[in-house]
Amino acid sequence: MPKLTVDGIEVEVPAGATVLQACEAAGKEIPRFCYHERLSIAGNCRMCLVEVKPGPPKPQASCALPAGEGQEIRTDSEMVKKAREGVMEFLLINHPLDCPICDQGGECDLQDQAMGYGRGHSRYDENKRAVTEKYMGPLIKTVMTRCIHCTRCVRFSEEIAGVDEIGALYRGENMQITTYLEHAAKHELSANVIDLCPVGALTSRPYAFEARPWELKKTLSIDVSDAVGANIRVDSRGREVLRVLPRTNDDVNEEWISDKARYQVEGLTRRRLDKVWIRRKENGGAGKLEAASWNDAFAAIAAVKPGSSVAAVAGDLLDCETMFAAKKLVNALGSDLLEGRQTGMAYDTSNLAGVNFNSTFAGIEKADAILIVGSNLRWEAPLVNVRLRKAAKAGAKIFVIGPVWEPTYAATFLGADVAVLDKLTADVEEAMSKAERPAIILGGGGLVAGAHAKALDLAAKWKLVRDGWNGFNVLHFSAARMGGLMLGFAQTGGMADLVKAQPKLLLALGADEVDFSAFAGSLKVYIGHHGDKGAHAADIVLPGSAFTEKAGTYVNTEGRVQFADKAVFAPGDAREDWTILRALADALGVSVGFDSFVELQAAMIAEVPALGEEGLADYGQKLPKLKGDKLGGEIRYPIKDFYLTNPIARASGTMQQCSAELLHGDELAEAAE
Amino acid sequence: MLADKDRIFTNLYGFQPWNLAAAKARGDWDNTKKLLAKGPEAIVDEIKASGLRGRGGAGFPTGMKWSFMPKEAPKDQFGNPRPSFLVINADESEPGSCKDREIIRHDPHKLIEGALVAGFAMRARAAYIYIRGEYIREAETLFAAVQEAYDAGLIGKNACKSGYDFDVFVHRGAGAYICGEETAMIESLEGKKGQPRLKPPFPAGAGLYGCPTTVNNVESIAVAPTILRRGAAWFSSFGRENNKGTKLFQISGHVNKPCVVEEAMSIPFDELIEKHCGGIRGGWDNLLAVIPGGSSVPLVPAAMMRGVPMDFDGCKEVGSGLGTAALIVMDKSTDIVRAISRLSAFYKHESCGQCTPCREGTGWMWRVMERLRTGDAEVDEIDMLQQLTKQVEGHTICALGDAAAWPIQGLIKHFRPELESRIAKRAEKANA
Repeated sequence: MPKLTVDGIEVEVPAGATVLQACEAAGKEIPRFCYHERLSIAGNCRMCLVEVKPGPPKPQASCALPAGEGQEIRTDSEMVKKAREGVMEFLLINHPLDCPICDQGGECDLQDQAMGYGRGHSRYDENKRAVTEKYMGPLIKTVMTRCIHCTRCVRFSEEIAGVDEIGALYRGENMQITTYLEHAAKHELSANVIDLCPVGALTSRPYAFEARPWELKKTLSIDVSDAVGANIRVDSRGREVLRVLPRTNDDVNEEWISDKARYQVEGLTRRRLDKVWIRRKENGGAGKLEAASWNDAFAAIAAVKPGSSVAAVAGDLLDCETMFAAKKLVNALGSDLLEGRQTGMAYDTSNLAGVNFNSTFAGIEKADAILIVGSNLRWEAPLVNVRLRKAAKAGAKIFVIGPVWEPTYAATFLGADVAVLDKLTADVEEAMSKAERPAIILGGGGLVAGAHAKALDLAAKWKLVRDGWNGFNVLHFSAARMGGLMLGFAQTGGMADLVKAQPKLLLALGADEVDFSAFAGSLKVYIGHHGDKGAHAADIVLPGSAFTEKAGTYVNTEGRVQFADKAVFAPGDAREDWTILRALADALGVSVGFDSFVELQAAMIAEVPALGEEGLADYGQKLPKLKGDKLGGEIRYPIKDFYLTNPIARASGTMQQCSAELLHGDELAEAAE
Repeated sequence: MLADKDRIFTNLYGFQPWNLAAAKARGDWDNTKKLLAKGPEAIVDEIKASGLRGRGGAGFPTGMKWSFMPKEAPKDQFGNPRPSFLVINADESEPGSCKDREIIRHDPHKLIEGALVAGFAMRARAAYIYIRGEYIREAETLFAAVQEAYDAGLIGKNACKSGYDFDVFVHRGAGAYICGEETAMIESLEGKKGQPRLKPPFPAGAGLYGCPTTVNNVESIAVAPTILRRGAAWFSSFGRENNKGTKLFQISGHVNKPCVVEEAMSIPFDELIEKHCGGIRGGWDNLLAVIPGGSSVPLVPAAMMRGVPMDFDGCKEVGSGLGTAALIVMDKSTDIVRAISRLSAFYKHESCGQCTPCREGTGWMWRVMERLRTGDAEVDEIDMLQQLTKQVEGHTICALGDAAAWPIQGLIKHFRPELESRIAKRAEKANA
């Protein structure tokens, strides 16, 4: 714990801290461009210079200098001021004066720091440097003349994303940051470099020239594109969501979000359900959806007189409040047919610890041996993949069962067939049984292939649950999953139970992945926000709200309860989902016991207290023991196209373009030839 | 004048072949096993006692540098011992310097034997010789010489039958001056973009592939076996206190016979020029200025340079440095502003682009220099240029920023009237 003084203020910092951190501890702000807490230290912008005694009689880069006992740091001396002004002058000589047309304006580090350290006028009479634009794909817009070569983007792709996509070419003042051969950046987290870029060199392509940061209303929310529950900030103007940025939460997303989380919101203004639709079947056939009024729709639903023959299917993006409202309605009608696992999965949910990501995201970093069963983490949870990369860097051995995908770390693929679990090789057995913190990550592909029981057996065998460590993890990929399971949206037989019951009334709550052909005899009421598969199959469509248009509680795959605020209003006739269900209760002549959102939440928390407390829900540490089916068959990953996994993303032009260009670009090129 | 018997580089001019047989006849590889038998500590002590200072420019005591290497191999995160490495800097790219070239051309076995001895002394597993990309024939010679040494069992497994395993790898650069900086060289060897690393950690702690590494100049390594054979006392009998030994001087420019010559340290400048270079072109009165240590040290005007002892301290006293002892002599026919401007262009071209002051500053300084060359500037701009050099100097990761700043500072310090008169002349012409 070295003690040192910063401008006469004595501070004590942890061993290994840098002088920059010591200065911050003393409350001194140090200007910086290249330094970033989550990236390696580059020390190349030279903005953070301070005077250090004892040391050479020249200013030192505080970001790279270890804090030492008895150092005397000056951040306010004439030498430091001059040094910083010098560096700022150098940064500005070749930086274009295009702040008025730069998207970074208003949130630009260079702009801010130039106010503090700029000269006010330029002594540079030569021509400014111009750099040709680079192509970095459909998400990242480049204006490389603005680049100040801090290399944050290079370090992010190498260190965090784990792909060598971005690098520097040439040297000296001709140095250019680019993707190799100007290929598009393909990584699932690529757009985070936009946030990292301290200037306007890398900006958001879809958001280009949309708004100024000070015009935007900022709402704290939770991402629903996967089950990680990344903390996001929704920036909106009027009724439109313009962009999504990550919020810092070290337990969940650190400060990254996936490209899908960032750009799917563009889909919120397209293919929206903003009217009530009823299918008219006058001449037989499939009939046609026609616009109608809420009253007509409620009347039509009441007309089927479902009695207790009712079921509800929850979609992947739902908040707990909507699911709870649906549950109350279904229960009030005398039914208990609730299901959220739309594609027919029927794993055991009697003990939620057995279907939870128990080691937590932050915890999995510390695992030293990891067996992944049937999960393509890069697509199912890119942010968890980042954690695994950290674990691998720290020396963890990682094994994968399932078809080969491209991990961003050293991993051994054991085979595509789930039956490999029955005959694990000796080195896997040894690595897992001898590890101090072994972990299993069971993905959706593994659950479908029937590996749940076997994975739990292995967890018991390898003692995955031990003092202060629970290494058994199930990785879901739908934001509503854990919340749904906590609210009882699970039948023993899964969707098959609902099919068997053939309910008269089927409520599809944003459920777009269900095979509706099995419910030919039911009146299918779709309550959701996008005209996607569910609406196409429905008899009655009631327009609901997307995740940005309602407040709600979400539970991520590690059982973390998080609350999201409402950013904007739903378009047209669309209503918040719970109000639709409340009104439906009146139409069907039952009572659900709440009249306001607050009452609804209170009732929900009374029933499932864990949902009332933000943070990890406690499912206990005891893992269930299950009777397993015979293992067999090749694992198939649930996600076929990373960019188009949900109705919002499917409606987004940017996501469609990403899918076409980044995932199917080769096919397109071939077709063109 | 250094006696022939005291020369270390006896084939500097290539009068004899470079090959192993000829090298052995010159005394190289003569019972190297016995040298190694002294043990690492004794070798380091001997080099320390000899007063050898690094010949690459900075002049850091070589023996001390070697002693920074860990005696016990440090462990990696899995508990396996890490090897140590010796990296030999043959990326001789400093304008004016050409001594390593001569050594590799004509006496490569001195270098390879030195690599073994030095590597053994610092308990290194292998030596990497990073040779400048433009040295094509020299690299061919070096590859062949290393192969000869392997074939003769002098290096490789059980090198010289000493029981010590030592490999020598030759790695060719790709034409970047900055890769002569030790940490940039390590980056380049690792296959990355040649950019200097932040220090600390120093290479002796974490260098090549994160392992303890020492980077030495070719000459520092090549003289080591001879020092060990003839003793530290012999070596330190040359030169002044703190500036011991013999040194390869490279004199280029306006002398009658430019040459590379081995001389005792601290030889007076005049003597060096008269004895070995046949004097200044046009006589001593025609001397304008000298850059005594390769392009990156400030120039010294003629009057100050007379009689200066050519060593680290002597050059420092006249506000310059010995550097690699590459003397660039300029007579009065030289356009001194253009000469320095050309050096500025060199540094602008060779800046790696990593840190801000050097990346942006070298280009700016060069552009101002180009205008000063023609006088197309304001007098204020001379002061601005001086400030710019101060804004670059000492603010960068490596010393290239300093190297780019110093020649200009030297020019402004000693030739400011010349700069001002050019501006005035041009203004006059414009008015007329």
